Amino acid sequence: MTGPLVATGRATREALAGIGALARFAARVVAAGLRGPFHGVEVLRQLGAIGWQSLPVVGLTALFTGAALALQIHAGGARFNAESVVPSIVAIGITRELGPVMAGLMVAARVASSIAAEIGTMKVTQQIDALVTLSTDPLKYLAVPRVLAATLAVPVLVAVGDSLGIMGGWLVGIGRLGFDAQTYLVNTVEFLEVWDIASGLVKGAAFGFIVAVTGCFFGMRSGQGAQGVGRATKAAVVTAAVLILAANYALTELFFRG
Amino acid sequence: MAEAPAIRTHALHKAFGATRVLRGLDLEVARGESLVVIGGSGSGKSVLLKCILGLEIPDAGEVWLDGQPTGGRPRPAFLERFGMLFQGAALFDSLSVWQNVAFRLLRDRRPPAQARARAIEKLARVGLAPEVADLFPAQLSGGMAKRVGLARAIATDPAVIFFDEPTTGLDPIMAGVINGLIRDIVAETGATALTITHDMASVRAIADRVAMLHAGTIRWTGRAAGLDDAEDPMVQQFIHGRPEGPFTQP
Repeated sequence: MTGPLVATGRATREALAGIGALARFAARVVAAGLRGPFHGVEVLRQLGAIGWQSLPVVGLTALFTGAALALQIHAGGARFNAESVVPSIVAIGITRELGPVMAGLMVAARVASSIAAEIGTMKVTQQIDALVTLSTDPLKYLAVPRVLAATLAVPVLVAVGDSLGIMGGWLVGIGRLGFDAQTYLVNTVEFLEVWDIASGLVKGAAFGFIVAVTGCFFGMRSGQGAQGVGRATKAAVVTAAVLILAANYALTELFFRG
Repeated sequence: MAEAPAIRTHALHKAFGATRVLRGLDLEVARGESLVVIGGSGSGKSVLLKCILGLEIPDAGEVWLDGQPTGGRPRPAFLERFGMLFQGAALFDSLSVWQNVAFRLLRDRRPPAQARARAIEKLARVGLAPEVADLFPAQLSGGMAKRVGLARAIATDPAVIFFDEPTTGLDPIMAGVINGLIRDIVAETGATALTITHDMASVRAIADRVAMLHAGTIRWTGRAAGLDDAEDPMVQQFIHGRPEGPFTQP
């Protein structure tokens, strides 16, 4: 009878211990990032891998999300004779919420997995031990450039995603919902505030940090063999996604609590 | 006063869960000496290397490097004049061969042209052509990767070099080439060398002195030249590869 309770208690304890270890790792990465030496070339390489190469998936996701959102808001607004709010609600919804969250989740799927797999493979093939023997701190060489690059790149991805998301809504608005192209854009700009956009970019930076830290953390704790790397990769994606959604709620409370 | 050994371990203990790998291991490597540690698979040879380097923290006991206790942590000053050839070479996949070899030089902000020239010089020392410099590790054979790993280990003319199973996975001819290179490089540079292996050809080619690790302690140690005359039946069984005898795999 107590079996499920014991199992739940144990799982909860392990989850909390894991969160604690992840938080300590994040603090170590930040501390390492504040001290030299700095691997600028690695940061540039990671900006390309994390930012540039994520553009297609983030852009396409945002475009289709904006288009679907316009249809949903139009359908919902029609119940209150409020179809005209489509441009402004699409813009606010995309910039404040869906742009950063979708970009964060897409980057989590693409980047947290690849970071965990790459670092995990480096661990099982002794490349991380080799770094230590070459007087190089793996945290500074592997984790700091990835975390810095992701923290800088994801807000840019969010900005691109916001633009394409609004464009998706605009295309559906003028193509399917009967909006005038210019009026749609005027309504979008008129009701959008700077903080709507800025809050989304801040969220993007936080999500980028979460994605890269989580990928590095699980990669460096990877078990032996292909199975160990596979487990690390899966854990990195799942944890990053959950943390992004939790952080999104916390930041939304912080930014928009009436 | 006698010179402190380059490496010394005293009463080293290390366990993973219930498995006690090292059980009070004492070992000394004198400066300029080439010591080879032999022992069966799973006897703790790699764990010993990792404890010396600080990659694993011993449960008890102490490691001294250049006469100074390490407290179980990697010592930056020691690592600065240290090189290591890993079992699988452990080359960095994302870097070209010359960037791997010159990794430490590039980290020290040496101009890339100068670092590349030094890398090509070291590649030549291990018998690799300059064209190999621009390849990536995935494009190398096992023997080439080992040689690149060796070039990286000696790139900054270290005073201490570790060789972890240097011939594992190589054909006998390539194993002979690697053994010969290690022997020549250690003799040329006068470096202190610590090798772990279960390949007797490596032992005979590389060792000044041999230590046999068994059940977490050094069971036998002596000059390489006296290995065949060792009276310990376990040593005799191991060096002749006899299936029957006192030696049992863990």
